Formats: sequence, structure tokens, C-alpha cells
Amino acid sequence: MAFFLETLLGGLMAGMLYSLVALGFVLIFKASGVFNFAQGAMVLFAALAMARFAEWIPGWTGIDNPIVANIAAFVIAGVVMFVVAWLIERLVLRHLVNQEAATLLMATLGITYFMEGLGQTLFGSDIYKIDVGMPKEPIFVLESMFEGGILVNKEDVIAAAIAAALVAALSLFFQKTSTGRALRAVADDHQAAQSIGIPLNRIWVIVWCVAGVVALVSGMIWGSKLGVQFSLTTVALRALPVVILGGLTSVPGAIIGGLIIGVGEKLSEVFLGPYVGGGIEIWFAYVLALLFLLVRPQGLFGEKIIDRV
Amino acid sequence: MFYRENGQFKTSYKADQQIFPIAQDRVVILLLLAVAFVAVPLLVSDYTFRAILIPFLIMSLAALGVNVLVGYCGQISLGSGAFMAVGAYGAYNFFVRVPDMPLIPALILGGLCATFFGILFGLPSLRVKGLYLAVATLAAQFFSDWMFLRIKWLTNDSPSGSVSVSSLQVFGLPIDSAQSKYWFCLAILVVMALLAKNLVRGAIGREWMAIRDMDVAAAVIGIRPMYAKLSAFAVSSFIIGVAGALWAFVHLGSWEPAAFSVEVSFRLLFMVIIGGLGSIMGAFFGAAFIVVLPILLNQFLPALFGVFGVEISTADVSHAELMIFGGLIVWFLIVEPHGLAKLWSTAKQKLRVWPFPY
Repeated sequence: MAFFLETLLGGLMAGMLYSLVALGFVLIFKASGVFNFAQGAMVLFAALAMARFAEWIPGWTGIDNPIVANIAAFVIAGVVMFVVAWLIERLVLRHLVNQEAATLLMATLGITYFMEGLGQTLFGSDIYKIDVGMPKEPIFVLESMFEGGILVNKEDVIAAAIAAALVAALSLFFQKTSTGRALRAVADDHQAAQSIGIPLNRIWVIVWCVAGVVALVSGMIWGSKLGVQFSLTTVALRALPVVILGGLTSVPGAIIGGLIIGVGEKLSEVFLGPYVGGGIEIWFAYVLALLFLLVRPQGLFGEKIIDRV
Repeated sequence: MFYRENGQFKTSYKADQQIFPIAQDRVVILLLLAVAFVAVPLLVSDYTFRAILIPFLIMSLAALGVNVLVGYCGQISLGSGAFMAVGAYGAYNFFVRVPDMPLIPALILGGLCATFFGILFGLPSLRVKGLYLAVATLAAQFFSDWMFLRIKWLTNDSPSGSVSVSSLQVFGLPIDSAQSKYWFCLAILVVMALLAKNLVRGAIGREWMAIRDMDVAAAVIGIRPMYAKLSAFAVSSFIIGVAGALWAFVHLGSWEPAAFSVEVSFRLLFMVIIGGLGSIMGAFFGAAFIVVLPILLNQFLPALFGVFGVEISTADVSHAELMIFGGLIVWFLIVEPHGLAKLWSTAKQKLRVWPFPY
């Protein structure tokens, strides 16, 4: 029982991290109808920027305090992501309005290649560390209930807390600010939003910026967990089942989908994996998402698709 | 002036329904075939065969298969790499386990394995559409990656799934030199392209296109969506499977599951979209572009940097390649979202009315 709970908790934590990446997909899809395959590359790019700036800043300015250096690096990486978002809108999306979904998907794949190349040219292609002072040691909880307690990774708890805080902040931003309202209007209907005077292009830049910040935060967390390296881009592929499970257009869907996938992955790997040779988490997530899709083709919380002739 | 169909009167249904109704088209195609079968093998070097022509032929075949599914039936698929892998390993298993298995039946059986796999992973398409389906087909990709790495029986108990074949022959003729490989691939490609061309202009092809354009409307006028979608998955994955088997047997010789990673799926989809969705010709254009571009960049970039007197490392070259590749793709999608085949048909239209503007 304790082992089961431990796996379950581990799954929930991992799920929170997946939802963070999934959130980037959902934000952009909601506002512009673009399925942004480049989210993984953005995570890598942001993490690379942050890791390298944190390394460079003490040399440039003589500040030795790691906290200041990390905060400065975070801010600079945020600015970099803003520039990236602006350039993507300016150079790519603006010219591809009204194209088919497949064409837009391919365009973001092109952006993916470009950003992977650019990121590694600018920031180098070795493995870098992001050290934001996350505690690494595991802790034991509920020792009174089970013998030996349940092992929980402190780092995961903090990461999950950050993810939850970010989600809460984003929901507030979407629900309470006027920009958030404009974003929701654009998501509902491009033309109607434009006709009441919402500037579409600016909204898109904002959305891509928010997605960039989300990528930065997930890059920071994943980077400090796994090290900043090229394989960080595969995080996006791990997060895709989350997106379709929760529904492409739903922020809560991304969270709940993330939790379901995280738990499903861990439980399947631990309890099913040994019988079939292990390493099944990656496709199991997709199959799990597929099973949900068979019942609800638009994802758990996605908008219902109504076909008319 | 040369390309004009007036004066060519059709006097029978047969003449009206042939694949290339315009005489000039027939001449051009025959000339192209003659060049490809006779002139090219006499002129080009071994390196060109191995690095450019054979990959181009096999990738065109695979792109043809993807185009049936994505371009004609409108089901976006990111699992093409998996279908290639299943074709390759399926053919390998038949080739190795059955004594005295001839090459061509092994390739076809590999294709049939891929067909089965394709239908299985095509089932969600009956329920799920569009981008959801695109992501769902990734399941096939990751499943096949895992399957050929972990299930030892499929790879003849070789560690890490790397296998190899040798001493290929067809009707007693060995397929070992670059030229014989080229001829073999070209022959299969021509046969398959002819089959595909005929399929898409027949009843079944029209059903696929109706489903692509609007599936609800197609269902209303009496097209069975299940039959149309699954047949598209079957035909497409058969062609892709044969291409995968060729890629493994003829081009690589020895391979491991990583040869058919998700990267291959992306590239195939690029070929189809850059070449032109819903066009047999487009598959060839797209494959040429995607196969040749990295080679060109690889040759050209160090020389270019050398002109400016900058020494760059191989890592930097590969990053610059990625950037240029990505940038060119985005640029292409912006200037010609309908692909190279569209440029081709525009050119043909212009040629028809030349020297007048319309």
C-alpha cells in the first residue's frame, strides 16, 4: 500500500510538470489555432538561455551571489523569450493567417528546427546545469501510518508547487485582467474580436510571450531536474498526450490531463512494465490518451466539435 | 507552343480515360523514364547513387504513401516512420526465418505487415479527427520504437534491435552494385507510382477525396467513412512499408530501430506538404527537396564559411544546417503553401496559353 501511494504521488508530481509544458500548447492553440510543435524547442531554448546567463553574469558584473545571478538570468531569459515570440509572430504567423492546420503545424516544426539550431549555436550544445538551489534530498512523510513512511522527493514537491502557482496566476490573468479578457475573446472568435477593436497581432505576441514564459519556467524546472541538454526537446513529445487527453482548448484540461497521464505512466511502468520488458511509459501515455479520445473525441474538457454540412 | 492539346480529339472512352490524356505528357513521361533507366546509370558516379539517387527514390516511394493518406484522404499522420519500421522488420523476419525466401515476396509480405499495423492504428481515425488524430498517430511511432527495441523475437534476438541482411538477389541477379540497387528501387517505384496514380483517379480515390473535403457530407451522399478511411490507411501503410523495407534492405543494409524514429515521420510529412498535398508528382518534388537539401548544405556551408575566412567546427555546421533547413521550410510554406506541385501546374497552365497571357 505504501509503495502504491509512493508511486501514485510520484506520478502526480511528474504529471504537474507535464501539465506545465502542456499549458504552453493549450495557450497558443486557444488564441491562434496553431498547434505549436515548437513548444519543446522553446523549453530547450529558454532553459539554455537561463543556464548560460546564470553562468555568464557573475563573470560580466562581478556579482557573486547565486540568487541574484539566477534572478537576473531568469529576467534576461524572459526578455529573450519575448523577442522570440515577437519575431515568430512578425516573420511567420502573420504570413500564414487562414492556412490549413497541417500547414501551420509544419511551420511550427520548421520553427522547431530553427530554434534548436539557433539555441545551440548561441548558447553551446553541451550539458549545462541550472542550480536554483532546489533541495535534492528525499523526505519521508506519513511515517505514523505506514512502516517506514512514504518517500517523497522534495524537489518534486517544490516543482509541483511552482507549477500550481503558475497555473493559478495564469487563470487569474485570463479571468480578471482586461488583456486576459481580450485573449479569451480572440480565442472564441477571431473576426468578432477584431471587429470590436481588439488588435489580433498584439494579442498573438502576448500569447506567444506567455507561452514563452511558461516554457521558461518548465525549462528551469526540467533543466534543474535533468540538466539542460538537447533531449529536453523530447519533453514536448511526452506532454502531447496530456494535451489531447485534456482537450486542446482547455486550461483545466491540461492540468487534469497531466495528472492522469503522470499517474498512469508511473503505475503502468511499475506494475505492468516488468511483464512486457519495461520502458513502456512513453507509448502507454499515448495509448491511455487514445482510450479517452475514443469516448470523448475532443478530449476531456475540449470544446465539443459540431459538424455541419 | 509545344504544350497544347488542341487538335487531339478523343474518339473512344478508352482514349478519354487514359492516365495521361495529352500526347505531350506521354512523350515527356516516356522520355523521363528512358533517362532514368538508361541515361542516368551511365552518367553518374557511385557516390551520387548511394548518397542522393537511391535515398531519393525510396523516400519518394514513402512520400507517395504518406500522400495517399494525408493528401488524398486528409488524415494527418505522424506515424509514417513506424509504418516504415514495421515494413522493414516484417520483411526482415520473413527473409531470415523462411528458408530460400526470395526478395520481392519478402518485401511485399513486409508491406502487408505494415498494412495490418496501419489499419490497427488507423482505427482511432473513425472517431478522432484533425490534430487530435495527428497526435494519436504518434502512438504508433512510439509503440514501434519500443516494440523493436524490447521484443527480442522480432529482431532475431539481436541486442538493441540492430539487424542486417546480405546477398540480396532478384531472379538470380545479385543486387549489390550501386547501379543494380538503383534499377531495383526505380522499377519498384515506377510500378507503385502507377498503381497509386490509378487508385487515386478511380472510385476509391474519389471516395478518399470526398472524405478529405468534408467527411460528414461524404457520409451523407453514401460514402462509408470507415471503409474509405481504413482503405486509405491500408494502401498508404502498404506503400510506406515497402519503402521502409527497401530503405532497410537496399539502402542501409544493416539498421536499428533508431533508423525509423519520429524524425523520419516529420521529414516524410515535410516532403508531402512541401511537394504538394494531393498530388503524385508532389511526392517526387518534396522527396527531392528534403533529401538533397541537407546534402547540399553539408557540402556548401563549410565552403561558404571558408570564403569569409572563418573556420567553423562540424557541430556548428550541423547547427547552421538545422537553422537553414527550418528557415527554408517556413519560408517555403509562406511563399507557396500549396507546394511545389502547384508551381508545376501553374507553369503548365502558362505554357498552354503561351505566348498569350491567357
